[in-house]
Amino acid sequence: MNFDDTPQEAEFRSQARAWIGANAPKQYEDELRKSSLGRTQLKNADILGVAKAWQKKKADAGWACLHWPKEYGGRGASPIERVIWQQEEGPFGQLSRMFIIGHGMCGPTMMAFAREEHKRKYLPPLASGEKVWCQLFSEPAGGSDVAGLRTRAEKDGDDWIINGQKIWTSGAHYSDYGILLTRTDPDVPKHKGLTMFFLDMKSPGVEVRPIKQASGASDFNEVYFTDVRIPDHQRLGEVGDGWNVSLTTLMNERSAIGAAVSTGFPELFEYCSNLMLDDGPAIEDRAVRSKLANWAVKASGLKYTSMRAISALSRGERPGPENSIGKLVAGSMIQDVATYALDLQGAGGVIGGEDAELAGRFQAMLLRAPGTRVEGGTDEIMRNIIAERVLRLPGDIRVDKDVPFNKIPTKGRG
Amino acid sequence: MNFDFSDDQKQLRDQARKFLAEKCSPKAVRIVLDGKTPYDKELWKGLAEMGFLGVAIPEEFGGAGAGHLELCVIAEEMGRANAPVPFSSTVYLAAEALLIAGSEAQKKKWLPAIAAGEAIGTLALFEGKGNPAPKNVKLTAASGVLNGVKKPVADGAIADFAVVAARTGSSGRDSDISLFLADLKAGGVEVKSLTNLDPTRGQAEVTFRDCKAEPLGPAGEGWSILTQVLDRAAVLCAFEQVGGADRALEMGRDYALDRIAFGRQIGSFQAVKHMLADMYVSATLARSNSYYGAWALSTNAAELPEAAAAARISATQAFQHCAKNNIQVHGGMGFTWEFDCHMYYRRANAMALGLGSLSYWEDQLIDRMRKKNAA
Ligand SMILES: Cc1cc2nc3c(=O)[nH]c(=O)nc-3n(C[C@H](O)[C@H](O)[C@H](O)COP(=O)(O)OP(=O)(O)OC[C@H]3O[C@@H](n4cnc5c(N)ncnc54)[C@H](O)[C@@H]3O)c2cc1C
Repeated sequence: MNFDDTPQEAEFRSQARAWIGANAPKQYEDELRKSSLGRTQLKNADILGVAKAWQKKKADAGWACLHWPKEYGGRGASPIERVIWQQEEGPFGQLSRMFIIGHGMCGPTMMAFAREEHKRKYLPPLASGEKVWCQLFSEPAGGSDVAGLRTRAEKDGDDWIINGQKIWTSGAHYSDYGILLTRTDPDVPKHKGLTMFFLDMKSPGVEVRPIKQASGASDFNEVYFTDVRIPDHQRLGEVGDGWNVSLTTLMNERSAIGAAVSTGFPELFEYCSNLMLDDGPAIEDRAVRSKLANWAVKASGLKYTSMRAISALSRGERPGPENSIGKLVAGSMIQDVATYALDLQGAGGVIGGEDAELAGRFQAMLLRAPGTRVEGGTDEIMRNIIAERVLRLPGDIRVDKDVPFNKIPTKGRG
Repeated sequence: MNFDFSDDQKQLRDQARKFLAEKCSPKAVRIVLDGKTPYDKELWKGLAEMGFLGVAIPEEFGGAGAGHLELCVIAEEMGRANAPVPFSSTVYLAAEALLIAGSEAQKKKWLPAIAAGEAIGTLALFEGKGNPAPKNVKLTAASGVLNGVKKPVADGAIADFAVVAARTGSSGRDSDISLFLADLKAGGVEVKSLTNLDPTRGQAEVTFRDCKAEPLGPAGEGWSILTQVLDRAAVLCAFEQVGGADRALEMGRDYALDRIAFGRQIGSFQAVKHMLADMYVSATLARSNSYYGAWALSTNAAELPEAAAAARISATQAFQHCAKNNIQVHGGMGFTWEFDCHMYYRRANAMALGLGSLSYWEDQLIDRMRKKNAA
């Protein structure tokens, strides 16, 4: 058990550090460091532009998508090297947020199911941030129950014709491509009639409508498809096998581990270390200390859990469902931490934005947190995964499992 | 970086688990629980024969000299098996105090005896309610003679010797406290067993009346030695707690698979599934924090104080959480004496207090984090 770099790791670290030191957009460092977990924004610059420029610079120098194979725009790096890079990249890593879905989920799905010529064509510009991808899974009728989706794909010669609607699609408004899960056969049980594609988001018939979120931001969208044509060679996996393909996507979401999950704890600890309450420094208050200690051990527990996972990965073991705990724990922790930070501010906590304490950092965190507990699988779904896949408890009872899709009831009441 | 135990250490874990499954069944634990004997003497002897008692004691003092990572591995198994032996008091507290502060002669006298299973040791620190603090030490030492009452003293009724925290000054500073080694079988010592939450590990009141004792470590440095001993023990206890938490989770999971209600396995009800998932989460966080503590302990890292407090808090919470919900999953059965659930519930709650309560360690953690941030 040790935390020391091996000589090769140390060499990698010093190269990474030197390159980042010479190339990172330093003018944004302070702002990135201080931005809220809920919302990374740059006051005087377009964040997407800054992010794309940084990603391109990394790609040109061989520092993008470290673990991807070289021929697809990566570096073929080890899991530990990925972690070292993240440690060294520090706050600049926040700029990669725009690319998480593309790099973490769409890319690996393409690698597993796309034709070789498509991989060579589409993956390098995805790695370099020149092209942004989104994931078109969720629908009004299918979020947790992804397989309940209704967007139709019908064969027409060598093409497929798509009609339907997706929702909550993050980044669709600035995406160039997307992976799309559709229903190709409504007469069979729901998991059996799905097929996966990738498509150009600029195709005729695709309409993206931003949705204003509860937090006030607009990061996700509704996407409408009206007679959109997708050539058959853009199909990922077999016709009717879309469920398995989507499982690959969702599994890959988990192996995006290295990225230590944010919990809000360092921010809260720093805040309490400097805060004066009516009766003296917050950090000397018994109740405050107890709260902090409880969150401290959750945050460190998550950190070392991910280190254990990385150690397993570096021995060639696959990341398993046990990694679901990161988002489950961090999601509600962010929410609780933000609530508590505002409680410490008393009546003034209600003020947000620039006029608030720390420029509204915790207010923004509070308003974003509910989304964290829903996106990428809700808390309840995460618990189901742990219970069923790690602890091997029985699966939920699925009354619609063997029923043809078009016979499943669609409304709870009336 | 490699954040895991080595293959040899894992092999040791398997060996310890197998040994304990054989020699320390719940039935064996119950003999102690029911008060038929104060601890499992056969098991204690067996642990000595396996080399487990002296695993972290250097070879020159009769131990295996393997190290603290190995001891962590064994501690976890002791917790899983709910072993009814004075392991924590002897191995984590007394032996560690001797290793840190003992003279050559003291080490020679006691450490080989501990490794051989011939001497049981303990730490006599507390004096009634309250947490570790110099001001709570009232027992006095003057010219090597102790006077005062210690309670609770873990395994005090069966221990051969104790490391005793005594007041040797009245300046109001930590340097008022010194440590002594007292032979509990000699004159001037009176021991009374106390009723306690977890009868599988006894607690006692120990009265010292003009009891002769030899100093352990330099005079006036007792508190700083004690702090080190408590930190080291916190990591080792955390592994016992993680072992206990894992076992409680496993028992709950197995019952949820076996028990049928409303025509279904109760493990198919989401309320039960989610309760078990949450137990898994707390046990996993505790395990990871404990691994970090193990690393700090085994390398004597500057991070040890903070890592120890984090492991302690996390493991205490996890064991309590898993032990109580294990009973809940078992329903009425879980609340019977006959089922083993309460043994883990008792152990979890007793261990939560043994090195100072949760709130004490919360305070320690925050102080230590502040110190680190200031540095
Ligand atoms: C910020 C954000 C970004 C997102 N980005 C994307 C994206 O880029 N692409 C994309 O495809 N989707 C995206 N989503 C959608 C997200 O994956 C879904 O919202 C999520 O899976 C939940 O589905 P739902 O909204 O339909 O809720 P529902 O499934 O209707 O859930 C409602 C409630 O019922 C509970 N529930 C449902 N099923 C079960 C069950 N089996 N057991 C117990 N409880 C259950 C849920 O936990 C929840 O509390 C995003 C969502 C958010 C909030």
